[in-house]
Amino acid sequence: MLRKIRILLWALVAVAIAGGGAYYSLGRQLPTPSLAIGGPFRLAASTGDVVDSEKLKGRPFAVFFGFTHCPEVCPTTLHEMSSALGKLGDDGKDLNVLFITVDPERDTIEFMKSYLTSFDPRIVGLRPTPEELPQVAKAYRAFYEKVPMSDGDYTMNHTALVYLMDRQGTFFGTLDYEEKPEVRLTKLRRLLKEGQSRSR
Amino acid sequence: MKLIKELTVAVALTCAAFITSLAQAHDYKAGPLTIEHPWTPQPPVGAKVAAGFLKITNGGAQDDRLVAVASDIAGKTQVHGMKVEKGIMTMFELEGGLVIPAGGTVELKSRSNHVMFMDLKSRPEKGATFKATLTFEKAGSVAVDFKVEAMGGDMDHEGM
Repeated sequence: MLRKIRILLWALVAVAIAGGGAYYSLGRQLPTPSLAIGGPFRLAASTGDVVDSEKLKGRPFAVFFGFTHCPEVCPTTLHEMSSALGKLGDDGKDLNVLFITVDPERDTIEFMKSYLTSFDPRIVGLRPTPEELPQVAKAYRAFYEKVPMSDGDYTMNHTALVYLMDRQGTFFGTLDYEEKPEVRLTKLRRLLKEGQSRSR
Repeated sequence: MKLIKELTVAVALTCAAFITSLAQAHDYKAGPLTIEHPWTPQPPVGAKVAAGFLKITNGGAQDDRLVAVASDIAGKTQVHGMKVEKGIMTMFELEGGLVIPAGGTVELKSRSNHVMFMDLKSRPEKGATFKATLTFEKAGSVAVDFKVEAMGGDMDHEGM
């Protein structure tokens, strides 16, 4: 009798340990993606300045990759970010929005500056040099490739996600091209709100 | 009283005529093909490219293909395929043109296949139209007007 109780007790201990271990490892798996995306950059900006990711700290930012010879996705994303900024109004004043070109060959600072006048003035264009581009793209795990066309011209394929980074410069989430404006707006509000609760 | 009746009829007829003309003004026919509402979202300042959208319905018994588009506003114009998969946007030329299946409808729209106007000579103004020629393999060429609408207009159309 005593032996049976003893076995039962040890069995319970084993279950508790296994369960606890599983719970612990599951719990740990959830937040890890935040470590992987993003990294420091220092790039020439359409404002004429240089944008340093270190100096962005303290305010959340949204960043995406594109190019101006892009017929649809890039102007649409810029348009959607502009309308989101408009809807956020004053709530969005802490948010930096950055557009990094993956086509520095054609997108000069001057050109980006004039192109961006069609959108919310808070959106800043960044032009990495051809040497800086692979580094910043890699940090964000962003894909880009040049696609030659039959007439000798080229276009670019690229990641169309908007990366949301919190005020520490840590990955917070993404906005997807297919998402509805309300979903994007909710995510941006969350980014701004959770940013504000941390410091200041 | 009679006057009011007459007026009502006149107003109704005018409205009907107006609505019909609006609807017809932007549809085109090429053989068995019907082309509906060619439009372009106004491109940003200085943009070298613009997208063109339209809907083509093939009422015939044979497949056709949109093989070429030409417009004076662009140095060159192509028909492109586009897709977004796993967050990555890819764009490609449609070799041999865009198939318009017999009895089917193909929509060139946002987030999908589109006409690409390249080497833009001037910025199309919102509210204006510009001329283009669509060439189909079987139905031949048809002249259409692309309407320039607000950026994001497509989303407003679809209520997105």
